[in-house]
Amino acid sequence: MILQRLWRRIAAPIDPFLFSLLMMLIGFTTVVQLSASPDRIQAQLINTGVALAAMWMVANISPQRLQMLALPLYVVGVLLLVAVALFGQVSKGAQRWLDLGIMRIQPSELLKIAMPLMLAWYFQIREGSLAVRDFVVATVLLAIPVGLIAKQPDLGTAILVLSAGLFVIFFAGLSWKLIAPVMLAGAVGVGAIIATEDKICAPDVQWPGLREYQKHRVCTLLDPTSDPLGKGFHTIQSEIAIGSGGLLGKGWRNGTQTQLEFIPERHTDFVFAVIAEEFGLIGNIGLLFTFLLVILRGLLIAANGATVFGRLLAGAISLSFFTYAFVNMGMVSGILPVVGVPLPLVSYGGTALVTLCLGLGILMSIARHRTLLQK
Amino acid sequence: MEFKTPEQEISRFRGRVLAASVFVFFCFGLLVARFVWLQVIKHDYYSTRAEDNRISLMPIVPNRGLIVDRNGLVLARNYSAYTLEITPGRVKDLDATIDALAGIVDIQPKDRKRFKKLVEESKTFESLPIRNRLTDEEVARFVAQRYRFPGVDIKARLFRQYPEGEFASHVLGYIGRINDKEKARIEEDDDRAANYRGTEHIGKSGLEQSYEDELHGTTGFEQIEVDAGGRAVRSLARIPPVPGRKLVLTLDSQLQKIAEAAFGNRRGALVAIEPGTGGVLALVSKPTFDPNLFVDGIDPQNWDALNNSPDHPLIHRAISASYPPGSTFKPFMATAALMTGKRTPSQAISDPGYFWFGGHQFRDDKKGGHGSVDMAKSIIVSCDTYYYALANDMGIDSIARTLGQFGLGSRTGIDIGGEATGVLPSPEWKKKRFKRPELQKWYAGETISVGIGQGYNSYTMLQMAHATATLATGGVMYRPHLVKYVQDPRTNDKRVIEPEPIKTIPIKPEHVKVIHEAMVGVIKYGTGARAFAGAPYVAAGKTGTAQVFSLKGGKYESHKLGERLRDHALFIAFAPVEAPKIALAVLVENGGFGAESAAPIVRQVLDYYLLGKIPEGAAPEQPGAE
Repeated sequence: MILQRLWRRIAAPIDPFLFSLLMMLIGFTTVVQLSASPDRIQAQLINTGVALAAMWMVANISPQRLQMLALPLYVVGVLLLVAVALFGQVSKGAQRWLDLGIMRIQPSELLKIAMPLMLAWYFQIREGSLAVRDFVVATVLLAIPVGLIAKQPDLGTAILVLSAGLFVIFFAGLSWKLIAPVMLAGAVGVGAIIATEDKICAPDVQWPGLREYQKHRVCTLLDPTSDPLGKGFHTIQSEIAIGSGGLLGKGWRNGTQTQLEFIPERHTDFVFAVIAEEFGLIGNIGLLFTFLLVILRGLLIAANGATVFGRLLAGAISLSFFTYAFVNMGMVSGILPVVGVPLPLVSYGGTALVTLCLGLGILMSIARHRTLLQK
Repeated sequence: MEFKTPEQEISRFRGRVLAASVFVFFCFGLLVARFVWLQVIKHDYYSTRAEDNRISLMPIVPNRGLIVDRNGLVLARNYSAYTLEITPGRVKDLDATIDALAGIVDIQPKDRKRFKKLVEESKTFESLPIRNRLTDEEVARFVAQRYRFPGVDIKARLFRQYPEGEFASHVLGYIGRINDKEKARIEEDDDRAANYRGTEHIGKSGLEQSYEDELHGTTGFEQIEVDAGGRAVRSLARIPPVPGRKLVLTLDSQLQKIAEAAFGNRRGALVAIEPGTGGVLALVSKPTFDPNLFVDGIDPQNWDALNNSPDHPLIHRAISASYPPGSTFKPFMATAALMTGKRTPSQAISDPGYFWFGGHQFRDDKKGGHGSVDMAKSIIVSCDTYYYALANDMGIDSIARTLGQFGLGSRTGIDIGGEATGVLPSPEWKKKRFKRPELQKWYAGETISVGIGQGYNSYTMLQMAHATATLATGGVMYRPHLVKYVQDPRTNDKRVIEPEPIKTIPIKPEHVKVIHEAMVGVIKYGTGARAFAGAPYVAAGKTGTAQVFSLKGGKYESHKLGERLRDHALFIAFAPVEAPKIALAVLVENGGFGAESAAPIVRQVLDYYLLGKIPEGAAPEQPGAE
């Protein structure tokens, strides 16, 4: 009896569909990490436990209470980013960490959740009287932390925070008349960069607003062979890993690119190359399909959300998950520049895992409270 | 923005969700297309690249073949020594590592330069030597601190060594590091390029160069699985190398040693040939040099010393330099006279001590002349007048045609490189040699000097020995060669260089006898008599003196001339005359008269070869078996 009640208490906030997908991904991750980096498997399991606990706790929080957290989290997040810019620790050429004495934190990670939360809250309170002005305010709210993060510089996180915010703005109903020209301009811009690669990638050309290493990343994406031993090495080696994996893969722990350490960062950002090499096209499509189900489930939760806040937040979180997956797989397979975006739930690393699970927890909370709030 | 009901709001939101879903599908579709491109369409390409990444073919350089003389004395061998090697792919900061290593072992700037060059030329996972031939002490010091140097290791490598040092250096030649030009030539042929992967040295001169293909052997390969850092993970397959073949020479080291010693400090050349086979018994060029200096790149000081020495030790005087033959030319002229019927043996001239031609007096070296001179006497006393007249009677075309048959003025085809052609003068040669028309014309007076081995005549000592050997056999000519056989060190299979009779010159035996007897006369009571007093064997020979400095009138007084302007002394000989076992030609640069400086060298060589007599002062050395 007690056990049954306890079980109900535990299971209550959990969305069974999302949870099943999550468990599949965690199981798969364990298998992959056993091949890519068996030494870290224990740490990874501990991280997973922590992340699942965090997810469960957040899933227990109702959207109304989450809404109350939005503003304080955002303010704290931005203040911490300012603190990083002033007192942060420099590591690997970037100022991302803040030493609090007892622990080191990376405040930009917090914004991945706080940003969509803040904007969803803002649009919630403006519900019914939405004006163009609000989109301007939202854009400013978004630009402050994104600018601070991009300045560290941490392009990967900046992109994730920016996209999360833009998704909220998109779902809030920004006019297509504004979206379409921006997307068109973007497409033309990318096309122009690809077409004029030779000229703009000349060593003495400086790109306004971007750092040298960011220019390098884009240029090596356009032509990895331009720097086969340097920046292009990652892309070339991961493409070799993916391509040599073929249809069915070389088999678990049989990937030569993986096992002989030709794939850089094979347990973190480039873990997808390990999957592609050892499990082949079948493995890739299986993983992609699982991600797709997670995203679609999230979008469905969003569509059925009870409040503006819930709908916007769920939509943004779902598309953030998509952004992680697409940007990571795109960069590993060589169609996007190399930016520090992990493969969601699979890449080793506790912070990203916790953040993603918090997102899933929020989705579950919104899913659960949909019916409760509907009259 | 107009006001919207919650229902409108939701329906618009759902429209956005739908749009987002379409976008997600589109993007994932892009990814799938990319995966199909990489994993299906380009799969073979990437598989090959993955294999190339993983598998490294490490060449296993074969041991270079030995060179031994006819008695088995080792003249070129390999010895194992420790080298300090760095695998650049495993070292983070090369310069810092080398600096730190310099604190333990002696690393010179030239070592660094050489290493830098090696790094540029090779793959990063190859182990490259920074220092060769470490001392035992250096090895011990490094081993104690090895932990400080990941990617640095000590390896045993084989080095070429010429244990006899300066001995027979022109014959052996030397190996040296492969230079860009040689590399380009090797790479013209794919098989050869593959065979030279990992090979650092190549024969640069002498036998080391001409028998490079035999000596090098076939490179083996080991397929190694390597990781991204270049570390070998495991061996996948191994094709062992085939060691280079051994050269067994016709050269007799003891003979060569005695000959080299007989020269003392004088410059010159000696070539001794076995007339019945063409096998070269001794091939001396003095002064010699130490070929060991070249093996790992000669340092500038030694190079300057060798290259700028007025003695030019690097020139192979026996085959690459040609000299006027002087009177050693006379036996061949006499033979030609008999062959063409221009003279009979008994036909004699009266020698007044000069020969008048075209208003010019060609002098004999004996004032007042030799009196009545027949063919034998002309050789024994070396009568110039006899040959002035003979040359005039024969004419230049006939001289060139007949003496050309003895191989004079053309390469003998010996099995080492660097042979000079020499000059057998003729109107055709002159036409080719000179550009200006007034110099191209042949003057009859020039024919007269040719008759006594002067004028444009110029031959290598190899050609002279070769022609003498041919004369000794009565006209049968064998191609001279230094290698007796080439032996596979594993199977001991031999490839014997068979005596190769090139041709037989038609000389009547009775004519051969006349020339041989005259040349015996030279040794017994002619110009060579003093040097050969008391010799128990019957040798045939001819002295010669070649003008370096042209005297216009006046008597030749050697002590008044600078040493370098003194005449070259020559001697040709073969013995024993009844069944010749050795034929030779000797030249002593600025040695003066042939009888004085060249003949005693020949005496020592023949005494050893025919009697086993080792001259005093020459270090008697028992040729050790290898």
